[in-house]
Amino acid sequence: MGETKYTKDHEYIRVEGDVAIVGISDYAQSQLGDVVFVELPKLGKALSKGDEAAVVESVKAASEVYAPVSGEVTEINSGLEAQPGTINEDPEGSGWFMKVKLADPSELAGLMNEADYKAYLASIH
Amino acid sequence: MSEPQTDPTPLRRTPLYDRHVSLGARMVGFAGYDMPLQYKEGILAEHQWTRTHAGLFDVSHMGQCFLVGRDHETVARALETLIPADILNLKPGQQRYSQFLNEDGGVLDDIMVTRSLDPDEDGTLMVVVNAGCKDADFAHLKKHLPSTIKLIIADHRALLALQGPEAAGVLSRHCKGADLMAFMTGASMLFDSIPVHISRSGYSGEDGYEISVRADKVAVLNERLLMHPEVKPIGLGARDSLRLEAGLCLYGHELDVTTSPVEAAIQWSIQKRRREEGGFPGFARISRELKDGPSRKRVGLLPEGRAPAREGTEIVTEAGDKIGTVTSGGFGPTLNGPCAMGYVDAAHSAIGTKLHLMVRGTAMPASIVAMPFVPHRFHRS
Repeated sequence: MGETKYTKDHEYIRVEGDVAIVGISDYAQSQLGDVVFVELPKLGKALSKGDEAAVVESVKAASEVYAPVSGEVTEINSGLEAQPGTINEDPEGSGWFMKVKLADPSELAGLMNEADYKAYLASIH
Repeated sequence: MSEPQTDPTPLRRTPLYDRHVSLGARMVGFAGYDMPLQYKEGILAEHQWTRTHAGLFDVSHMGQCFLVGRDHETVARALETLIPADILNLKPGQQRYSQFLNEDGGVLDDIMVTRSLDPDEDGTLMVVVNAGCKDADFAHLKKHLPSTIKLIIADHRALLALQGPEAAGVLSRHCKGADLMAFMTGASMLFDSIPVHISRSGYSGEDGYEISVRADKVAVLNERLLMHPEVKPIGLGARDSLRLEAGLCLYGHELDVTTSPVEAAIQWSIQKRRREEGGFPGFARISRELKDGPSRKRVGLLPEGRAPAREGTEIVTEAGDKIGTVTSGGFGPTLNGPCAMGYVDAAHSAIGTKLHLMVRGTAMPASIVAMPFVPHRFHRS
């Protein structure tokens, strides 16, 4: 399993070969609270880094999930639509959002590794 | 992931602030106060707990005041110049929902008025107002009430709400006879040995109480209520989802200075004598709207899909013409689906009307439905 990297907006990305799994971090789900709705991108959609890729909604509010890297959506976790609570229960496992075929692997270099992300979380509190 | 904006204004605290923090609450700014949004279990669990057991809410941020006059008729007639409810015919201990109105019939705030049950306090009305409006409300009362009426701002008092089907059983163990009170009545009594004023009312759609107590006693009350296994602390998040499912207006959302009580579909709170006699601000507009119907109306909206339509969502006809805006919307945990309220042009306000909600640029099918979304379970004796 590849290394998990994080964005400042609390998305994670885990690269396996030339495909990356994207979701939101455990911190993000804890901040959101109970997730009640998720809107995933269409299969085949070409995302540019920073694009709105998905929407996640708690009882209280809607939040956008941004694409951490550029690439094409090759798979979505459609089970989330019926079971959005999976995002709270296992955000970095079975609560993943989508798989993306990397357009430019060099974009990964700009993201935080787990230790950096932990330090970042500590710095914003 | 996008994050909500935060307001840098310093926030006020209720007497229970430290306790909320120690219970693991996530605090948020609301109406100038630092309030618990949710505790550890989260909004869904807190919402369900209130519908099935008893939820305890700190609503001490709300404004409480007393109006005191020579006798009931004096104080009732004075308050009636500012609100459209019949206060003159309130029986001792009876509570009524009303609104402060401006000259155009727009709502300045929505309020609860209770006539004291105690014969020694004849001429005393208790008024509870929204936190975000209280300073303006008190100034409004000071400006307009005659000098024969004394306004006592009760900022030395805190307010708790105990809501849910097990609230009566719990509270009557501390306040003897609380379970026998009728809906929308209030009484002064002892909670164990602590003087309180309780009313059988609330904003969750469930049976329940609001308990007014001196601020220096509220921590004790709070702990004694939380000791019961039926009771859990509930934050503002669930308070909002409960009142949304109950189809109840929230000031600043369904109600503001532009909306009239008739548009808001709360004309049931304007009793017959007041409709005939008037004598309150905005009577001309309200009278006209009661007769001819308002140009827009508050309605319940049920999306067909799972996507919540939030406040500000455009409401359009199936042909795409804009007919209104969502004022509150989200996910109803008991309904197990999205629900919303909003204003639509009266021509499109009939129950059963099919329309579209524009969520992130996509037209989501929805219908106008009768409210509440979840039946009220108030205690009717």
